[in-house]
Amino acid sequence: MIKATYRRPEALAKREFTYCPGCHHGIIHRLVAEVLDELEIREKTLKVAPVGCSVFAYQFFDVDGTVAPHGRAPAVATGMKRSLPDKIVFTYQGDGDLAAIGTAEIIHAANRGEKITTIFVNNAIYGMTGGQMAPTTLLGMRTTTSPYGRKSETEGFPLHVSELIKETAGIVYLERVAVSSPQEVRKAKAAIKKAFTAQINGLGFSMVEVLSTCPTNWGLNPIESIKWLNENLKKEYPLGVFVDRVGDAK
Amino acid sequence: MAEKMMVKGNEAMAEAAIRAGCRLYFGYPITPQSEFTEYMARRMPEVNGVFLQSESEVAAVNMVYGAACTGYRVMTSTSSPGYSLMQEGVSYIAGARLPAVFVNVVRGGPGLGDIQPAQSDYFQATKGGGHGDYHLIVLAPGTIQESVDLMESAFRMADTYRTPVLVLVDGMLGQMMEPVTFPDFLELKDLHDHSEWALRGAAGRNPNKVTSFDIDPVILEKMNNVIHNVYEEIKKSEIRYEMNSMEDAEYVLVGYGTMGRILTSVVRMARKKGIKAGLFRPITLWPFPYKQLKDAVRGKKSVLTVEMSKGQMVEDVRLAVEGASPVHFYGRTGGMVPTPDEVLTELVRIIG
Repeated sequence: MIKATYRRPEALAKREFTYCPGCHHGIIHRLVAEVLDELEIREKTLKVAPVGCSVFAYQFFDVDGTVAPHGRAPAVATGMKRSLPDKIVFTYQGDGDLAAIGTAEIIHAANRGEKITTIFVNNAIYGMTGGQMAPTTLLGMRTTTSPYGRKSETEGFPLHVSELIKETAGIVYLERVAVSSPQEVRKAKAAIKKAFTAQINGLGFSMVEVLSTCPTNWGLNPIESIKWLNENLKKEYPLGVFVDRVGDAK
Repeated sequence: MAEKMMVKGNEAMAEAAIRAGCRLYFGYPITPQSEFTEYMARRMPEVNGVFLQSESEVAAVNMVYGAACTGYRVMTSTSSPGYSLMQEGVSYIAGARLPAVFVNVVRGGPGLGDIQPAQSDYFQATKGGGHGDYHLIVLAPGTIQESVDLMESAFRMADTYRTPVLVLVDGMLGQMMEPVTFPDFLELKDLHDHSEWALRGAAGRNPNKVTSFDIDPVILEKMNNVIHNVYEEIKKSEIRYEMNSMEDAEYVLVGYGTMGRILTSVVRMARKKGIKAGLFRPITLWPFPYKQLKDAVRGKKSVLTVEMSKGQMVEDVRLAVEGASPVHFYGRTGGMVPTPDEVLTELVRIIG
């Protein structure tokens, strides 16, 4: 007997990812899709894709979905959820989208306790537009708009969105994870599952920040990218649970 | 027969929207439309509707976008600076072919301007406002009763054509009170069924995607062509205007909204002085009644367009008239409203 060890999740479209080799969007997409399948919510889920590399997320998930204006996904998701409170609504946003242009929308969605889930993919750089500095870019990091390295005197400091919004009372689940090793992938999936469970239980706003690579714009190969993430990104953005008012996820 | 009630313009339009089946409102306070938002805050819970005060007009328009994706009647209201902030979202809503209704209670500009009535957002309303190749249907009522009546039309047009519709009023119509008769409540079950494309969860069907985006220019051009074919349908079926004393008129006054109403008095006063004046009042500003106005001014001596702006609609009037008669302009701006006497003096001056 041949036993299937891996199948494409129902919630993923039958379509090849167009992401760069070594980019973590593919892993994160799969984890979200597996969670939608396991929680049996694929048919009642609405997805809001951002502007940036993951704009294509609207094609990659086999759920109803739209593409929001840059940074506005939490507001779009709010409109959907208020209209259809029994559905599951999630946004999938990068750090350029969520931590720069969309800062107001994410803070207020969290503070309202909007019953939506956000998957926040942080790779400390703008991918789609070609490797510009993001608010999350590390000090000293060279990008096309910080060609001499990011300086705090002129460009300020890396923005820690999870640390910023963890104090808002409306947030019920918030964790920062990575997907750089099989162990981390398992932990990330558990976090994503808990975030969606929070929404299913109608508790409030939930978000999982996932540290991710950008080999193309970091100028590193996929293996070096994971090493760089482990040695640098995790130092600036430590992994861990910030808020958990969900209890044990089933 | 429903009885007449004295109601403030902003509140009358809000009640009319609810009676037209709107149960989703997202908004942000701004003078001179705040009573609209406040009314919705009080009223929506009474009809099991949704009211949410957003953190900005930018968020409000995107909440409208999200709710419109679900295919139910949704609206927001704002005033000039707020409507400017919404333009990004309006462009996305038009591109994604979503039905939604906007009310802009126009105030003096540019910039922060003031909070007095103005018509200086005509260009923004009718010529784009946001980026890309799109239009909104723009309705310009002249009385509070007409604002109430057009609210139902606005939602019907938005649903029929899957397009955003803008009700453009000036601060005067928002702030003053008039006796109004409200229509009956529409039954929610009788409203347009958008289940074919709306985002409500892909249970037992392929997923629906609603977006203004396609990276392939061949497909994006097709999407634009679909929208523009709809615009042609709208031009055929939805143009509205009103004429007053035009049959024997030698001089044609053109104005919309509050100004159109003031021009009704000017026509009366002019005729008392023996000047044969008539009024052409566009009600749809987009699509503009180009042909109807051209036909109406045929053989007339001259045209005077009057606006609470430095001259915006007058460009469309000139396009309509195509040089057949001289087109003059008179306007006040910054929140100043031309009086009937002022306009009559100008008319007399033009006649010479």
